[in-house]
Amino acid sequence: MNTDYVEICPTAYHKMVEHAHEVWGWEIVVYLFLGGLVAGLLVLTAALELRAGERSKSRGLMWMPFIALALISLGMGALFLDLHYKIHVFRFYLAFQPSSPMSWGAWILLVIYPAAFLLGMGSLSGDWRERINGWVEKKSKRLKGLLDWSFEWADEHRRTLLWTNLVVGAGLGVYTGLLLGTMVARIHWNSAVLGPLFLSSGLSTGAAFMLLFKLDKDEQRALVRWDMLAIAAELFFIALMLISFVGGNHAAQVAGEGLLGGKWTAPFWTLVVMLGLVVPLLLETVEIKRRLPLTVVTPVLILIGGVSLRAILLASGQESCFCDLR
Amino acid sequence: MGLLYDPDRLKRPLIRRDKRGSQVFEEVDWKTALDHVAEKLSKYTATPEALALYSHGYGGTWFKHLVKAFGTPNIGAPSDAQCRGSRETAFALTYGSPLGSPEHVDMPHSRVITFIGSHLGENMHNTQVQDLATAISHGAQLIVVDPRFSTVAGKARHWLPIKPGTDIALLLAWMHVIIKERLYDREYVEQHTVGFDELKKHVEDKTPEWAFTRTTIAPEVIVETARLIGGARPASLIHPGRRTAWHGDDTQRLRAIAILNALVGSYGRKGGFYIPAKPELPKYPTPPYSRKRAQPADWQKGQNYPFADSILAHGLRDAVFPGTADYDIKAWLVYGCNLPLALPQPERTREAMEKLDFIVAVDVLPSEITGWADVVLPEATYLERYDDIAAPPYREPYLALRQPVVEPLHDSKPGWWIARELANRMGLAEYFPFENVTEYLQTRLEKGGYDFAELKEKGVILTEPQPLYIEDGLEPTFCPDTNKIEIYSQKMADAQMPGVEPLPHYTDPEEPNRADEEFRLLFGRSPVHTFGRTTNNRFLSSVVSKNVVWINRQIADEMQVTCGDWVVLVNDTWTCGTCGKQHSGKSRPSAKCSGCQAEPAEFVQEKPVRSDPIQVKRTRRIRSDCVYMVHGYGHDSKGLKFARGRGASDAKLMTRVQVDPVMGGTGMNGNFVRIEKTTAPKEAQS
Amino acid sequence: MSRKRYAMVVDTRQCVSCKACVLACKAENEVPDGFSRDWLMEEVWGDYPNLSAENRSERCNHCTNTPCVHACPTGASHVNEGGTVLVSHNKCTGCKACIAACPYNARYTHPAGYVDKCTFCLHKVQRGEQPACVSICPTKTLFFGDLNDPTSEVYKLLRSRRFKVLFPETGAKPNVYFLY
Repeated sequence: MNTDYVEICPTAYHKMVEHAHEVWGWEIVVYLFLGGLVAGLLVLTAALELRAGERSKSRGLMWMPFIALALISLGMGALFLDLHYKIHVFRFYLAFQPSSPMSWGAWILLVIYPAAFLLGMGSLSGDWRERINGWVEKKSKRLKGLLDWSFEWADEHRRTLLWTNLVVGAGLGVYTGLLLGTMVARIHWNSAVLGPLFLSSGLSTGAAFMLLFKLDKDEQRALVRWDMLAIAAELFFIALMLISFVGGNHAAQVAGEGLLGGKWTAPFWTLVVMLGLVVPLLLETVEIKRRLPLTVVTPVLILIGGVSLRAILLASGQESCFCDLR
Repeated sequence: MGLLYDPDRLKRPLIRRDKRGSQVFEEVDWKTALDHVAEKLSKYTATPEALALYSHGYGGTWFKHLVKAFGTPNIGAPSDAQCRGSRETAFALTYGSPLGSPEHVDMPHSRVITFIGSHLGENMHNTQVQDLATAISHGAQLIVVDPRFSTVAGKARHWLPIKPGTDIALLLAWMHVIIKERLYDREYVEQHTVGFDELKKHVEDKTPEWAFTRTTIAPEVIVETARLIGGARPASLIHPGRRTAWHGDDTQRLRAIAILNALVGSYGRKGGFYIPAKPELPKYPTPPYSRKRAQPADWQKGQNYPFADSILAHGLRDAVFPGTADYDIKAWLVYGCNLPLALPQPERTREAMEKLDFIVAVDVLPSEITGWADVVLPEATYLERYDDIAAPPYREPYLALRQPVVEPLHDSKPGWWIARELANRMGLAEYFPFENVTEYLQTRLEKGGYDFAELKEKGVILTEPQPLYIEDGLEPTFCPDTNKIEIYSQKMADAQMPGVEPLPHYTDPEEPNRADEEFRLLFGRSPVHTFGRTTNNRFLSSVVSKNVVWINRQIADEMQVTCGDWVVLVNDTWTCGTCGKQHSGKSRPSAKCSGCQAEPAEFVQEKPVRSDPIQVKRTRRIRSDCVYMVHGYGHDSKGLKFARGRGASDAKLMTRVQVDPVMGGTGMNGNFVRIEKTTAPKEAQS
Repeated sequence: MSRKRYAMVVDTRQCVSCKACVLACKAENEVPDGFSRDWLMEEVWGDYPNLSAENRSERCNHCTNTPCVHACPTGASHVNEGGTVLVSHNKCTGCKACIAACPYNARYTHPAGYVDKCTFCLHKVQRGEQPACVSICPTKTLFFGDLNDPTSEVYKLLRSRRFKVLFPETGAKPNVYFLY
């Protein structure tokens, strides 16, 4: 049955009546972006220290876990705004549905708080610890006791914390992609490659964000190299995604039309691929080879690319539908 | 429900306080309103024919009774001349009795059903649609002749997108094939009909090739469908449709349909037309109507519609203009008829309403007619009142009772009460000699041998079934005098009037001028709504709240419009200076006046009528020479707060009518419109 | 006691898109303005004058392999009696993952906060009645019943008539069947 066109009784809140069956808007773009970014922050912060074998001396890295927490809280704030039944938000934490990536995500987000907090506590320099001790002592003796315990625990279990943050961060990065990728209904998203794509994008945006801070030269170089790897991985996963469109079944072919000649082609290839990936990769290659001082240009481009990737994918995915296959 | 709780419902009697049409009213109590109406109407006690009643719906029986007692013959409804009048006349001339309502078609047993223009399934006559669904489930094949791919066309084996106005050519060609290939019911034709030989001669040259040049339907298709129709006899129904007032030759077209049914022997046979039985129910005893009634005033002076079965509603309107008819109509009582939208040429209706001495409207909603009335009386809805017992002719004869399920809201009153109160004040109390309507209903039922309590409980009582088909032994009676089906109508031949030929003739229809980019305007119904009556119903409108104009895809692409774009339809009109007949078109017509043969130079150009803005539906489902919209939108009554301004009014564009010379019906499918692009209205409601 | 498998059968040959099913559902379930739990698809294909059409009354398909229930993080979307898919209003956070997961676009956000959709009128079915749309349909287009009951109309129809489901390639295993 080759349908040339379809006419619908306009009663339903229906994709073909309202062109974008959009339920997730800017709030989710913000969340996905910050989620990815925080995933990158946690993974890379932990990785840098695991690589160095000792605590970093740069102030940026010291505060990074707390910055991550602040950013993820912002992200969760955006998530909360998106909820249609806000007073039921606690319901996420009265259940665990293994088939639902969103349920996984809810709990991962919860675990991040103690993990990153304790990592941050352990990262604080002696100076800062004294300062904080001083403030707290004035307020409450019991709290001071708790504080001392946290510092002690965090120091003792430093390695565990590093690995925990790395794994949980990776989990955060991957699940956001799988959340979209497991939706069979949205044919544009429906691919497992979205998981690693979002993770590598998160790593790249995380690295970019960290490069905006004053870090050790050595740490910066490492981040730039890792970022190059992350960008390469991202390009690879995007290539895989496109291959699965072009070389896939009818649904996949139709799904890919948006990025390959359709309405999203221009923004995707300019903002995401060129500005967000290829140009930064080139710039970084030059910066590393020529040992040039690093500017903010590369990180900013990467961050723009990261937001664009999520915004475009979110919009194009929600528009895509099996109805398109008629 | 949407009607019962409609916040815009008429709540209290209203008396006009500003000039007519301004919709400025004062709420009064019933006594004041009724006294006022009675006082005004009593002016005509000596000349009761000056009062005209318009009535539509079961609830109108009380008012018909009232005005008959008063002594006026002028009782009309748009459902005749504007709707099915031509069909009734055609069937009366052919079979001896009008088709009536509901039309007694036997679809569940049909093997082939042919629809000429009917869009059953979009016009939601509930029982008939159920019958159609049953027919389909029994494997009936459908042939749909319609310039538009309607819902029922989507279920048809053959869709014939015919050029509008050429249906008679198709019907004659079908008769040609059926006679030539001997696909007619010879026994039935011999036994029950007269005029077959004349018909055979008449259609001898009406070949499928001849018809193709007129209808644009390919000859092979005409032959194939003719074979399908003939081959299924006698369970082959050519459905007569319902609103048949199209082009002015409508009685002849319906005669052709009636004749075709006779050829295949479907009338009185299973799968065709059953012969309905009407339950016997005596009238309530009231004194006979004593006043001698004048002739109705619905014909203009000098006009003669020899076979009109019913009063022409638009004629009653024209009689308001002094000197038009044999006498003038001075007052209207309007029950449930939204005349500004139901009658064609709304400008003329407006002028008539301005001239009348008195208008009283009985209605449930503040439809446009109430805005023009001097007194508005709010009737209770169908959920809040008793109506008279319905005893229509049907397959199984039955009695049905409309009874209240809730008390009337606001200060609305049931129709029987309003009519009785008026009668009491107009000296006609003896015609309503009952205190309560339940007394009336009980008496009638008991006289007929039925139980009121039983009817109240069941809502419907089935009465004695009777044989429906000739096969079951029914002895059919046809035309008086001959007792035969009159294929050739001697009566019509005797009338010796143009357009009243004894066998249907085909004449080329006037066509929209392609050079001026005109399209024929067609209109129809939505299954969700009942004419314009329910477009204020917020519940129903949550599903369908506006109409759109269907434009052929290629035309739309040429005009660079697409779905959702806003356009305005423009109807240009020329009036013949000699006879007043209207012609449609942007350029001065080149042909002489179709009414009086005056030269086109005599034509006077009118100001073009522009529709409300309406959105486009770009579709493949319609011919490129027509556009289509659903009727009933574009209300401008201030009281209809939801409906007001939604969609566009097709009624406004009905400036031109083509009058049927046989019975005076007004064909409304002859309006040609141009399409102009426009911007979305300020508060574009959706 | 065998398990029930509720299903609906839609005879597209009979459907005239009269929209009575939409209105009946709206009235019975107090569906808010601007939304509907069921709707009509008038699908027309071909090129003038060779056009064909199919009318379908559609709603949530109460799938056997429910994408929506799998996507729900709180268990609000769940499978109930006879395989009917319902939403527990008290558990729903309005995250809309289920709306994104539904291949048939059958769900909507209710102004009260939760996500809503067709429930097969389970409240009526449990009283021994038919869903509102099935009761009202004037052309005998809609049928509802237990597919595991060989005496049910739905069982018999699917064993005697050609039928299809919408987008079987989703793997959702929908339980609304269209006769054609």
